[in-house]
Amino acid sequence: MDIFLWVIVPYLCLTTFVVGHFWRYRYDKFGWTTRSSQLYEDRLLRWGSPLFHFGMLGVVGGHVIGLLIPRSWTAAVGMGDHLYHYVAVIGGLLAGVMTVVGMAILIYRRRTVGPVFSATTVMDKVMYLFLALAIVLGMWNTVAGSIFTIGGEYNYREGVSVWFRSFLAFQPDASLMGEAPIGFKLHALVAFSLFALWPFTRLVHVFSAPLGYLTRPYIVYRSRDDSGLGSHAPRRGWDRVG
Amino acid sequence: MKVMAQMAMVMNLDKCIGCHTCSVTCKQAWTNRTGTEYVWFNNVETRPGQGYPRTYEDQEKWKGGWQLNKAGRLKLKGGGRFKKLATIFSNPKMPSIQDYYEPWTYDYATLTDAPAQEHTPVARPKSLLTGKNMKITWSSNWDDNLGGSAATLEHDPMLKKIADKVKFEFEQTFMFYLPRICEHCLNPSCAASCPSGAIYKREEDGIVLVDQDKCRGWRMCISGCPYKKIYFNHKTGKAEKCTFCFPRIEVGLPTVCAETCVGRLRYIGLMLYDADKVLAAATTEDEHGLYEAQREVFLDPDDPEVQRAAEAAGIPRDWVQAAQRSPIYALNNRFKVALPQHPEYRTMPMVWYIPPLSPVVDVVKDTGYDAEDKGNLFAAIDALRIPIEYLAELFTAGEVAPVDLVLKKLAAMRSYMRDINMGREPDGSIPAAVGMTEEEMYDMYRLLAIAKYDDRYVIPPAHAEQAHSLEELGTECSVSEYDGGQQGLFGEGSGVPTPIAVENFQMLQDRQTADSLASPADKSLRVNLLNWDGKGAPEGLFPRRSEDEEKTP
Repeated sequence: MDIFLWVIVPYLCLTTFVVGHFWRYRYDKFGWTTRSSQLYEDRLLRWGSPLFHFGMLGVVGGHVIGLLIPRSWTAAVGMGDHLYHYVAVIGGLLAGVMTVVGMAILIYRRRTVGPVFSATTVMDKVMYLFLALAIVLGMWNTVAGSIFTIGGEYNYREGVSVWFRSFLAFQPDASLMGEAPIGFKLHALVAFSLFALWPFTRLVHVFSAPLGYLTRPYIVYRSRDDSGLGSHAPRRGWDRVG
Repeated sequence: MKVMAQMAMVMNLDKCIGCHTCSVTCKQAWTNRTGTEYVWFNNVETRPGQGYPRTYEDQEKWKGGWQLNKAGRLKLKGGGRFKKLATIFSNPKMPSIQDYYEPWTYDYATLTDAPAQEHTPVARPKSLLTGKNMKITWSSNWDDNLGGSAATLEHDPMLKKIADKVKFEFEQTFMFYLPRICEHCLNPSCAASCPSGAIYKREEDGIVLVDQDKCRGWRMCISGCPYKKIYFNHKTGKAEKCTFCFPRIEVGLPTVCAETCVGRLRYIGLMLYDADKVLAAATTEDEHGLYEAQREVFLDPDDPEVQRAAEAAGIPRDWVQAAQRSPIYALNNRFKVALPQHPEYRTMPMVWYIPPLSPVVDVVKDTGYDAEDKGNLFAAIDALRIPIEYLAELFTAGEVAPVDLVLKKLAAMRSYMRDINMGREPDGSIPAAVGMTEEEMYDMYRLLAIAKYDDRYVIPPAHAEQAHSLEELGTECSVSEYDGGQQGLFGEGSGVPTPIAVENFQMLQDRQTADSLASPADKSLRVNLLNWDGKGAPEGLFPRRSEDEEKTP
């Protein structure tokens, strides 16, 4: 069972994630957008969207630190477990609360503002479900697991994180996840399902973060590109006889 | 000197009768799709009025265009790159759909489906955004012909600037129409605001387009454009804008709005300009100097040095020739009667306007004086300060002198030409009074009054050397099919875009330049329905059935 849940499923999801994005980009560049609904409604979005997105950036940063940086590295620079724990919990709580509040505003908005609700696709709804679940479970792990230590003490840096690095190195150690508390297990499973859904939702806009804007010239000039005028191959240069 | 070519337009506002034909044909051609119901690439505003979207010219509110910072350098008024990225999750300056209008349709089905009842059934307006019943309170031309202006006129941002003047007198004496398309600016602030770099200016003809495959819907262009001529397609989540009908321009046809203009007030032609001078011109410190600075960016296509530089820059010979015949160059730089709309936005717009003289003429006529007498007209131009200051707010950042001169030129042309038409001796002192020669004045008259199709639209076709194999343009344009074809997996408009076939436009050109109105090959087989008495089915009423179809019962 462990092998299935913590080796097979994650790799399947990862493959879907990678291949899915490749396919979506090839098939559907036109549909690759944020599908912003700001035109319909502004007042709630003005609060909800920045709260959610900036919170999410913090959450992603926190995950990168927590999952990818081994305990030994932080110890090596003189950061004890206690200190790390404080930084992680405070940072995580701050980002987490921002995300959850932002998400609550956005979901409320999506449900109650008529035009926004009409513009919501089925895929959006499925995505919202998984995204919300992953966020709520993540918050639960932070609040219940790390602050109130419900269900016993658990240092994810010795378990989940190690498993995740082994997973990325294609040497997965499923037993490490098997020993993790149920909250972490559920969070990981929901998150991987979200990754599998990712390329088929509007979440693809994450990969369009326009960092190039900071360096490109203001005005873009482009040639009409006569060679590419037609999507058809150029006609043969001779006429068919007869 | 870096010579570049730019497709440009001039509109003669004196001739605009506000019929909205340009808007309607443009909409039929480009924005009759879901998601673009509220989008008018071309719209006609009644001025004074709020414009579309409402009060778009109030840049203290919308922060569109460019401004000079303290160091005298050009900056986006809406904030630089970092600010754009920091506010990307919610654009603080984006107009909401209410600033345009909530699109609607009518529940026509009830008119036919309703059961027998005492009262006539009514088709109620339904919102196209929610599908629910709605109350119509605003739309793109709500204040057409000053309709309801008593309630809304005070919001006109240009009127606010001359607010100390008596408003109601002004309202009674003065009204004109302002047709607007994208300005295809030399220094487009929409393109500069686009985080994805999807908005680009074509090197060959300067047309500003949105690459629909690169647009990610960050919405910064919508607030970046001071003319609010970039629209958000709320179904596809992408920005769309006036394309200057590039598939038509490429085969030498004028834009749809120009082609269908009833008043024949639009002129299209090529302008050569010095790309190296654009930034310096846009940075001109004095707002009043911007109009003049932009005129100096344009190059004289008759200057041999310019021609040599154009050749070096790879501009084909026939394009330079087209620039020499360009009505735009004549109106902007030779006669100097066209003015840019809002040069103070510093985007270097390329759709210019000849300000209307008609309000002045009307006033003179109403007083019983001769409205074609130079003295009367000149005196009226000097006396009617309010309309002229209003025009100056629109076209010269508030400086009255250039508008004054243009109106005097138009007035001079009227009285000079009247002498000729009445068979009197032409009075050379009239053109001289406005700094023109008699020959120039006559040329200007020809261009403004009687120019034919080929003189109004001087459009060199695109120079793809393999032009015969032009089949379709796949990437630059957004035209998703109205219905079907674009129902992709991820909602409206996803999937591979349907390309526009340039062939269609080629066909269109053939038809428009053909001798007969319509000459289908099977004309002899058709029935003229106007002559048909409705009895029986004469030969040719229906297409011939194939043999085996007839055999089946």
